[in-house]
Amino acid sequence: MDVMPKWAEVILVPLISLLLAAILSALVILAIGEDPIAAVNLMVKGALGSTYGWGYTLYYATNFIFTGLAVAVAFHARLFNIGGEGQAMLGGLGVALAALYIPWPHWTLALIGAGTMAALFGAVWAAIPGWLQAKRGSHVVITTIMFNFIAAALLNYVLVNVMRPPGSMDPASARFPEAVHLPTLHELLAPLGIAFSKSAPANVSLLVAVAACVVIWMLIWRTRLGYEIRAYGHSQPAAKYAGISPVRITMVTMIISGALAGLMAINNVMGESERLVLNATEGAGFIGIAVALMGRSHPVGVFFAALLFGFLYQGGAELALWTSIPRELIVVIQALVILFTGALDNMVRMPLERLFLMFRRPGPPSPTPETEPKPGPRSAQSESAE
Amino acid sequence: MDYITLIQLLDSTVRLATPLLLACLAGLFSERAGVFDIGLEGKMLAAAFFSAALASITGSVWLGLAAGIGASMVLSAVHGLASITFRGNQLISGVAINFLAAGMTVLIAQDWFAQGGRTPSLFGGARFEPITLPFAKAVEDVPFLGPLYEELISGHSILVYAAFLAVPLTWWILFRTRFGLRLRAVGENPAAVDTAGVSVVGLRYAAVGIAGLLCGVAGAYLSTALQAGFVKDMSAGRGFIALAALIFAKWRPWYALWATLLFGLFGALETRPDVIQSVIGIKVQGQLLGALPYLMTVVILAGFVGKAIPPRAGGEPYVKER
Repeated sequence: MDVMPKWAEVILVPLISLLLAAILSALVILAIGEDPIAAVNLMVKGALGSTYGWGYTLYYATNFIFTGLAVAVAFHARLFNIGGEGQAMLGGLGVALAALYIPWPHWTLALIGAGTMAALFGAVWAAIPGWLQAKRGSHVVITTIMFNFIAAALLNYVLVNVMRPPGSMDPASARFPEAVHLPTLHELLAPLGIAFSKSAPANVSLLVAVAACVVIWMLIWRTRLGYEIRAYGHSQPAAKYAGISPVRITMVTMIISGALAGLMAINNVMGESERLVLNATEGAGFIGIAVALMGRSHPVGVFFAALLFGFLYQGGAELALWTSIPRELIVVIQALVILFTGALDNMVRMPLERLFLMFRRPGPPSPTPETEPKPGPRSAQSESAE
Repeated sequence: MDYITLIQLLDSTVRLATPLLLACLAGLFSERAGVFDIGLEGKMLAAAFFSAALASITGSVWLGLAAGIGASMVLSAVHGLASITFRGNQLISGVAINFLAAGMTVLIAQDWFAQGGRTPSLFGGARFEPITLPFAKAVEDVPFLGPLYEELISGHSILVYAAFLAVPLTWWILFRTRFGLRLRAVGENPAAVDTAGVSVVGLRYAAVGIAGLLCGVAGAYLSTALQAGFVKDMSAGRGFIALAALIFAKWRPWYALWATLLFGLFGALETRPDVIQSVIGIKVQGQLLGALPYLMTVVILAGFVGKAIPPRAGGEPYVKER
């Protein structure tokens, strides 16, 4: 039965989950002897109080939009792509190869070229687990986890033995040429007369990320392929019966997902460090999981969830700088968000549904008796809706 | 490569395989009961921290072990709550547990010890010391068998012997007891178990609890026996290698032993590149050895070398029919 109105489903459930995560995080801060209110104040001031803070917040958010979209697209086909981290690492390799070995005349062309390479490398890294799932029936979660480790080993090898400039001790590639430098928000906004911090790393990739949100929304809800992906996610037998090929959908979805995760590299590798370093992704692939769960696999939700995590990341860095709270607090918050919005979703949903049932006026029987299954890898949510 | 080098290599294989074996058996219990567990890594890490912390504070490694098991069981309870009671996604719950452990251990370590997310170094009674088996010193000079007994079999901490004993014990529990039969049944066809009047929820909680216990021992071994104290992220992906070993072992206890020993050997070889070079004559990159368990698991999963079929009801929350 459709017991909850749509606004409760889309806004109330995630909000309560978020609130629970926030309360627990506050308790954690209290337990280590710090003041949670002062901590939040410091985070807001550090992340949103200056264009410098905003620059970092938006930079992190750009990463998380890409990885969040990657996880979200896969969720629509009920595939759990946990390998965004590895795909983003490979994307970094693609960007580095394109930036170092092709003489680009202008950054716009470089952005297109390197972005294509990043998406291609990420897509290939996701396509192999996709193929193994579609053709050989091996679980995509396990294979993508394995591919994260294989990617890390591969990058380690390439950076130490192949791409490291002679004489350098640092396991990193050479610096990219000046021609592939992506304009930062400072450089983009200065002609418009808006002053923005010079040293913040937010760059033109942010616009690419926002465009990606729009494209993914169009793809999922306005195209035939998107319809097939969603149909496959809702019911595999029904999709098969309708003539949708499971192999094709699994492969295509994983390729799109991997390409999005790979595309993150234009922000962190090309836009920020301007060379390929070890562990360039800094766990952004995993934060994509939290972002997609919180954003309910919708591009608009992903965008706002990514902003929130960007704020948490920059705020957390400020906390670590000024207080004795280590950066790992963010990892705890991230874990709590994943736990409450993902795994313990029913814990919030079940009492809420009961509450809505209690206040519902007896009326004519609903014409649609079945709950519409939600996108996402949850199983058995319609059975539990009682 | 001479005989003594081989023995030394196998000795470190055993040391490195022990935490993998314990975590692998933990995953075995959980997944055989139909609950996927990708939170092995996090549970091990939490146990590693709490056992080192308590051992450091109290000076008793046994209290440390108990604390480690306790911490791991708490995370198991969270996993059970999410995936059994609230029928959430078991994979997402596992991911959350891994992050929770990664963050909380550093946070608490910093708060308690203020040493940058580590515990003080452990010594004396705060560590599991190697046990010298009887006559080890006496037979040391016996050719061939002497070093084998003295180096390889004797001289490990008690947790190593416990881990190896856990293999036949797991086999016996799973395949020779009523509890084991039911536990396997609940991973294959929970509806049938329910029809027989046995609690699906109870069995699954029991399995998840055993997994917590074993992960707790694995974590305690990491920080109080293999190393002397906790450092940030010290589980270093071992939980995932254990997961790989579990698939490699096709969810069987004895195979799990061989799989983890094999992966332990890769770990041991990673620290001795000279040995590989002298044996096969080619320089093998350390990164390749590190990635080998994952590569082999992908090949196994792809079904190119025998098929690994997981328990049929794995990952599915059980909903009673009404």
